[in-house]
Amino acid sequence: MMQSIKQQPFRAAVLVLVWGWLLFLVLAPNMLVVGASVMTRDPATFISLPLNLDAYRQLFNPLYLDVFLASLYMAAMTTLICLLIGYPFAWALSRVEKRRQMLLIFLLIVPFWTNSLVRTYALKLILATNGLLNSALSSLGLIDQPVQLLYTEGAVIVGLVYLLLPFMILPLYSVFEDLRQDVLLASHDLGAGRFATFKNVVVPLTLPGVLAGVMLVLLPAMGLFFVPDILGGSRNLLVGNVIKNQFLDARNWPFGAAASIVLTLCMALLMFAHRLSKRRLGEEGV
Amino acid sequence: MTKTLLSLSGISKQFDGKTVLDELSLKIDDGEFITLLGPSGCGKTTLLRMMAGFELPDRGTVTLSGMDITQTPPESRPLNTVFQNYALFPHMSVFDNVAYGLKMEKRPKAEIRERVEEALAMVQLEDFARRKPHQLSGGQQQRVAIARAVVKRPKMLLLDEPLSALDYKLRRTMQVELKRLQRELGITFVFVTHDQEEALSMSDRIVVLKDGYIQQLGTPREVYERPANVFTARFVGQTNFFPGRVTAIAGERISVDVFGLNRELSMPSFRVTMNQPLHVLLRPEDIRVLAPDDTEGVAGKIVERNYKGSTLDSVIELEDGSQVMASEFFDEDDPTFDYSIGERVRVSWVDGWEWLLAEEGDEPLTDEEELAADDAEH
Repeated sequence: MMQSIKQQPFRAAVLVLVWGWLLFLVLAPNMLVVGASVMTRDPATFISLPLNLDAYRQLFNPLYLDVFLASLYMAAMTTLICLLIGYPFAWALSRVEKRRQMLLIFLLIVPFWTNSLVRTYALKLILATNGLLNSALSSLGLIDQPVQLLYTEGAVIVGLVYLLLPFMILPLYSVFEDLRQDVLLASHDLGAGRFATFKNVVVPLTLPGVLAGVMLVLLPAMGLFFVPDILGGSRNLLVGNVIKNQFLDARNWPFGAAASIVLTLCMALLMFAHRLSKRRLGEEGV
Repeated sequence: MTKTLLSLSGISKQFDGKTVLDELSLKIDDGEFITLLGPSGCGKTTLLRMMAGFELPDRGTVTLSGMDITQTPPESRPLNTVFQNYALFPHMSVFDNVAYGLKMEKRPKAEIRERVEEALAMVQLEDFARRKPHQLSGGQQQRVAIARAVVKRPKMLLLDEPLSALDYKLRRTMQVELKRLQRELGITFVFVTHDQEEALSMSDRIVVLKDGYIQQLGTPREVYERPANVFTARFVGQTNFFPGRVTAIAGERISVDVFGLNRELSMPSFRVTMNQPLHVLLRPEDIRVLAPDDTEGVAGKIVERNYKGSTLDSVIELEDGSQVMASEFFDEDDPTFDYSIGERVRVSWVDGWEWLLAEEGDEPLTDEEELAADDAEH
């Protein structure tokens, strides 16, 4: 009893901090975006009354629908490649001896210490026409002329995969860490071969990690506008580029806001799916 | 009438250069309840995993009903395992867990339903079919694990310390239940445990293992009353080791000097020579505590007394400093039967209840082994 009273000031401070943070830095900015999305474009003040849904109607303009679909395609490809690399990577990582595991995870995290913009420029140096990769290939005699790598869709996907792969590996690693060896043995013991065990036990038990990884890769992959800017030749490849252009170049804030709300809704949908998959395993949702 | 179901011959296994099993051979009879007993690291779990197919031996063969299954993967062996921590599939209901093995066999739906329900009824979990494992208690999860393994009607059930995660009372209940299941199903049970009490009360035969070698193979009674060596005697139950020396040999009888007493004992199964040092083994319940004015026995004083309900356990320190454990039943004719600490008594034992062992080269036990044996007892 005494203790809980003594703890009150600390509790209050923590609660104020958390709620204050969420209110001013998460809820308020998002409400501003929602507000901006239903207002009218104004060259002088950026936004003005009256309220309307023009910005959302504009989203269905075939031009932007195309960008959205193209962006979704790029993001989906990125996510798929991250998953194909990340899944076996995380599985192998979870099976390595504990002390080496820590080192490998450390190595996975080290690139985060360098700004992603800088790392993307580094990638540009490698992929450029007279860059590292081309000169390496030609000095090996594999190619006669430099190959056009930069300013292609492929270069953008490579860039996105490079930046986002750790976000796929880490949640997958955490579910593989929880995957108990004896559960796999039990599956074999009961007559399931490798494939049946993978399908019936490994996949369902790692699904929350897959969804968490997809969540952390798919949406950022639609929004990382500087990657196409640097590696893709400044075309509107991603929704992120559209949003950036609406705010900074076209000065159409309501439309930029509406586009970012669509992304937020996609995120909410994925989080809902993730929660469902966790509940199926009998764990508390996030 | 018994026939061999599974036989292991010349099994050797090393992990990282450390020998876990060395040239081990063992025959398991059809329908028996056999227990692999030993301290941690003795190789009992490795042996079980080899039967299941989770480990392959470096050398040696495993045969099941005359068929060599040494290289057969676990999914193709007609044996099933109950894992130490149950290893239930957390994403499946109890029903789906039990049905898993039958689904893998591609049995018709109706048959699966019927057999799963039958298996769940056998472990009294009919009403829990829709639950998820995490909604069950430890004991219930254990039953699901057993149902999941027996539903496939294996030739043999392998149980890897299945009761070690349960509390004492539940463990006793499950011991009785497992024995009942084994009787009803008529399946061979191979049971791994480090709990000697569990091994004694459940098994038809016990395999005592240490450092990858079989120390003794016999019925619980043989292992307890006639331990083959010092390790088994120390590991299974509590034992007093009295130092003895042969003073006379006459036909089937020998005289042995124990604490200055000259006792005439029957000839042990091994060869003895004059003046040979021996171990005279006496279980605490073989010891008789006598009045201080008695003519028999060795003098000592009570240094510890523990009231155990049906017995009174005491420790008596002899004049040379060695300690003797005694466990006596309450005597109905003597309601005041009890000791006080420091009380002077004499210690003896009932003729013929002793067991003799020759001294071994590698004695005494190292501290580590003592600890392992202690761990196993508690």
